[in-house]
Amino acid sequence: MQALLRLSRQGGSLRQIQSSGLSVAFARAYASHELTVRDALNSALDEELARDDSVFVLGEEVGEYQGAYKITRGLLQKYGAERIRDTPITEAGFTGIATGAAMAGLRPVCEFMTFNFAMQAIDQIINSAAKTLYMSAGTIPVPIVFRGPNGAAAGVAAQHSQCYGAWYSHVPGLKVIAPYDAEDARGLLKASIRDPDPVVFLENEILYGQAFPVDDKVLDKDFVLPIGKCKIQKEGTDITLVGFGRCVGHNLKAAAELEKAGISAEVINVRSLKPLDRDTIVNSVKKTHRVLALEEGWPQCGFCAEIIAVVNEECFDDLDAPPERVTGAEVPMPYAANLEAAALPTPADVVKVAKRMLGK
Amino acid sequence: MDFPGGKAMDAVFYDSQRQGRFSFYMTSGGEEATAVGTAAALQPEDVIFSQYREHGVLLHRGFTLQEFAHQCFGNKHEPGKGRQMPIHYGSKALNFHTVSAPLATQLPHAVGAAYALKLQGVKACTAAYFGEGAASEGDFHAAANFASTLGAPVLFICRNNGYAISTPATEQYKGDGIAGRGASYGMASTRVDGGDARAVYAATAEARQIAVAGGCPVLIEAMSYRSGHHSTSDDSSRYRTADEMRRWRARDPVERMQKWMTHQGWWDEEQEKELRQSSRKQVVEALQIAQKEDKPPLSCMFTDVYADLPWHLKEQQAEVADFVRRHPEMLPAGMPNDL
Repeated sequence: MQALLRLSRQGGSLRQIQSSGLSVAFARAYASHELTVRDALNSALDEELARDDSVFVLGEEVGEYQGAYKITRGLLQKYGAERIRDTPITEAGFTGIATGAAMAGLRPVCEFMTFNFAMQAIDQIINSAAKTLYMSAGTIPVPIVFRGPNGAAAGVAAQHSQCYGAWYSHVPGLKVIAPYDAEDARGLLKASIRDPDPVVFLENEILYGQAFPVDDKVLDKDFVLPIGKCKIQKEGTDITLVGFGRCVGHNLKAAAELEKAGISAEVINVRSLKPLDRDTIVNSVKKTHRVLALEEGWPQCGFCAEIIAVVNEECFDDLDAPPERVTGAEVPMPYAANLEAAALPTPADVVKVAKRMLGK
Repeated sequence: MDFPGGKAMDAVFYDSQRQGRFSFYMTSGGEEATAVGTAAALQPEDVIFSQYREHGVLLHRGFTLQEFAHQCFGNKHEPGKGRQMPIHYGSKALNFHTVSAPLATQLPHAVGAAYALKLQGVKACTAAYFGEGAASEGDFHAAANFASTLGAPVLFICRNNGYAISTPATEQYKGDGIAGRGASYGMASTRVDGGDARAVYAATAEARQIAVAGGCPVLIEAMSYRSGHHSTSDDSSRYRTADEMRRWRARDPVERMQKWMTHQGWWDEEQEKELRQSSRKQVVEALQIAQKEDKPPLSCMFTDVYADLPWHLKEQQAEVADFVRRHPEMLPAGMPNDL
């Protein structure tokens, strides 16, 4: 574990601390280490492979090449080619193989080079993995983790930049996780591998290399986070900002900006898109009376649409302003840097809408 | 019992569906020898991933006529809790996976399960059944290629029955059938008369030996003919001639088996007649019992979506329970309430 950690360096950690919106004082007092999301995922896989012989990893380039994004670095050397299995290039194939192996009692971790490519395997994920427990009357569990980068990366255009959060969270039988920081990545991946149900684990390429401060408990080999619970990433009193994955970072930046205008924003890191922790969101909105949901995906039938529906169902009378959403533009992702930037929501968009909601 | 039981079940269940007693049925006439012959050569620990026309395998493994009937009616005795449509049988106890309806998806599952057997050190194989039409799905290629590269002990058992609904095999592929593809995956392959139970048995026994001992897949193409319609939603007289059907029915695999047994002096007309009559009686009784039984209770709507009921389903279940408590008159007829 220590090898994976870099001790906190003043410069690096300050940048991260500022960008994540945490106060410097907090970080100095509690954060003794920092850990990248990549290392958090890698160490989580390593520990779960060591803990349980039935866990194995399969996907394209997960072995010799150490993963397209190096999430499986070092694992082939440690666990061998039968448990870190490079596969032929057929998404529908290795997803089906993973599903069959899970039906037979193993715990596969199925890596997609990106979730865009999982579209070729979505029948196996939805019709087989998600539904088999129900169709077999509870006799055939499918404990499996489908993981890989999701959402927009940088400069890779339409077929590599799409968020599948809303797609998978629509499906009964699936659990859908989206980590934000290193703590989330470690605790939620370990929980997902141990979970008895199929889990879709949506990572973000841009966050892989980001380092976050973590304390000792996060580094414990038995550190797991509960699936189905939000985290209040920052407390506030005037407006609730809801998001998952990279959007949590955007919301934290927006909250720091809003603070300067005298607005106290509460930032909720959703962590689990399904099951969705309605209570934490609703309790926050009852306190702040305003909610703004943020996602990089498309608006129609999206994650934000669900959050707004939840708020309308559960606490409409507590609202002092109509709930609002900030989402990606409803177009395939363009490549040109200017158009790409314009298609994605930014912290500035959140600040603008939040101020409007508060009449400032 | 596997042959006459299956024949009687097909005849009675088919008519029953046509009378509107349940929603769907598929017969396996013309292909009985493929199902029963392969099943007889497998061991109980071998795991079956079927398509939907292999109830002979289940019969052979001991699934009872009553269990078939319960499943088709989706009643409370049905081990699948009424979730799957008719004929999508499954039995954990008999190592028979619940039928996966999207064609050929069961093939990668069988490979994954075989890889699991290999990692677990179990000396057994999986058997994946499919038709020559399903072999056109991408999942067939994926499964065959993965089985070879992973070294997974799988028997790919193709029932080449000449038709995918109305599409004849001649329009399904132009190469040398399905067995001809095996070599290109580096897989031992064989073609066998699917109407000859003994030939199917011999081929499967040999294939199993190769797969289990060698840790590799084997492909069997069993040539036969779908004597009946594709399903209860089909009328095959619209796309094939009466003459063609007559010619094939003259080669009925069950009659071939019966004649051979009679020739050996092990069986006679009288015994055959008796067994057919008693099978039919058993099937009719099973159907009558299954139809009268209660349907699954309301709780079966919510359980098994996840291993543990998550809060949102608990909440939805509680809302339903509360509603039927307050408005018992709104509970639909035939809905046992256990909430």
